[in-house]
Amino acid sequence: MWDFERFADHTALIGEDGEETTYGRLGAAGAELAAAVGGRRLIFVFCANEKGALLGYTAFLRHGAVPVMLDAGLDRDYTAALLARYRPDFLWVPVDRAAAFAGEPTYSAWGYALVRTGESGAFPLHRELALLLTTSGSTGSPKFVRQSYKNIRANTESIVRYLELDMAERAITTLPLHYTYGLSIINTHLSVGAAVILTGKTLAQKEFWRQCREYGATSLAGVPYTYEMLEKLRFERMDLPTLRTLTQAGGKLPPELHRKFAAAARAAHRRFFVMYGQTEATARMSWLPPERSLEKCGSIGGPVAGGEFFLLDGDGGAITEPGAVGELMYRGDNVALGYAESGADLAGGDDFGGVLATGDMAKFDRDGCYYIVGRKKRFLKIFGNRVSLDEAEQLVQAAFGTDCACTGQDDHMLVYVLAGADGPAVRKFLAEKTGLPPAAFAVQTIGAIPKNEAGKTMYAALATGGAAEARC
Amino acid sequence: MTASEKYLQTFAETFGVEAVEAAQLEYQSIQEWDSVGHMSLIAALEDAFGIMLDTDDIIDFSSFAKGKEILQKYNVGL
Repeated sequence: MWDFERFADHTALIGEDGEETTYGRLGAAGAELAAAVGGRRLIFVFCANEKGALLGYTAFLRHGAVPVMLDAGLDRDYTAALLARYRPDFLWVPVDRAAAFAGEPTYSAWGYALVRTGESGAFPLHRELALLLTTSGSTGSPKFVRQSYKNIRANTESIVRYLELDMAERAITTLPLHYTYGLSIINTHLSVGAAVILTGKTLAQKEFWRQCREYGATSLAGVPYTYEMLEKLRFERMDLPTLRTLTQAGGKLPPELHRKFAAAARAAHRRFFVMYGQTEATARMSWLPPERSLEKCGSIGGPVAGGEFFLLDGDGGAITEPGAVGELMYRGDNVALGYAESGADLAGGDDFGGVLATGDMAKFDRDGCYYIVGRKKRFLKIFGNRVSLDEAEQLVQAAFGTDCACTGQDDHMLVYVLAGADGPAVRKFLAEKTGLPPAAFAVQTIGAIPKNEAGKTMYAALATGGAAEARC
Repeated sequence: MTASEKYLQTFAETFGVEAVEAAQLEYQSIQEWDSVGHMSLIAALEDAFGIMLDTDDIIDFSSFAKGKEILQKYNVGL
């Protein structure tokens, strides 16, 4: 996967305390950990933004084990359901959480423990299978995206090329490692011998900005909400002399925010990249060159090197006219193998065949720049995570025994439940199940959910609680 | 309502907690006070007191007690 030997003396990781870890040390510690694993095993990695998590991820991937990247703070019920369904051989967990799992810790390093579950190769793993990620923000669904070695290599190369990454880069983590966008930053930076500053602190904390300054961060990555926060923090006035690059993905930035950051970046001689991707495409499908970010405000740009976009109309015909809207399709070596819904699916091969139906509706202009204008399916992007509205409804209905309708806009889900249901409890429940902030959910009680004659919810009859998706 | 009461009430309303609990809060001590909740809290305090916090104060606002200390700079009678 990565050539750590070539960069042996370079700094790979910088911790919150400023301690630097070289590629040589990361590689050597990884070889020891891999020896303790002993081959091609399935491993659940419960990760936070810290060195131990990175050690596990890189060791497993480089030595042929298959990591499943999960949030260290994952909901207990969800964790139990995943364990039962996929029966991994090992868990790699922060030491202080190892006791919460049944199993025997057999090895530990850098604050993480390797726990043997007692399973042994419960399911065969397809030879091309490299990595499993949850479909972002899926509401407790056990569905994983199956990514191959080829997927990761192809997407890493494309991203390194357009971001022009080299070993002088120092990215600071603003996103979790179990999130495809966060992981793509690790993959790309480690492939060029650059450094990653690992921090568990958030933009709302003084300590984050101290680390950013003192450790010389050169780039920041963010989902739309990150940029709302940066605006509120009056980011343009902050003194961050080493910061050269800002990247944005994980949902559509409101055009006025896009314009504002594009203009501010230009004034500060920084590069601002608006990008588009999905876990199913390993991470990235398109990018808008920084020099066009003002002119093409609201656009996701064009496909990454090695990729191709096309639009399909309602009948499955290709759209060739600029301005006509169709479902956005992507073709490239970074299109994942497919999904897994249980351990038995891990033996599966290439289901997607290199073509991904994104579920987003888009158009392109005469210059070939693409614009997302809507969605084919009912989902919201909440802090960069795709959350299915139908799944959210089913979860609430099952847990609370109330009829429920979910609607709203990105970062703000509006949940209607019947009068008598415990609104605050529903909100807390959804936040726990999705691992997303409670502030993203507003719950309202209603006398009855409006239905048509066929019994389908009439969403248009519910107040949407906000304006339709902003367009440029 | 005194400024102290207003401060307490803004916390309690933003995070949906009882007043006794609000006064003990620190950043990330409850699920609601994450980075998103933090920005909601700052906006609510700015509205309640008719002020605009400096960036340094927003990122230094790490607890109920610390916030109270910070707001004293803004002459809101706390």
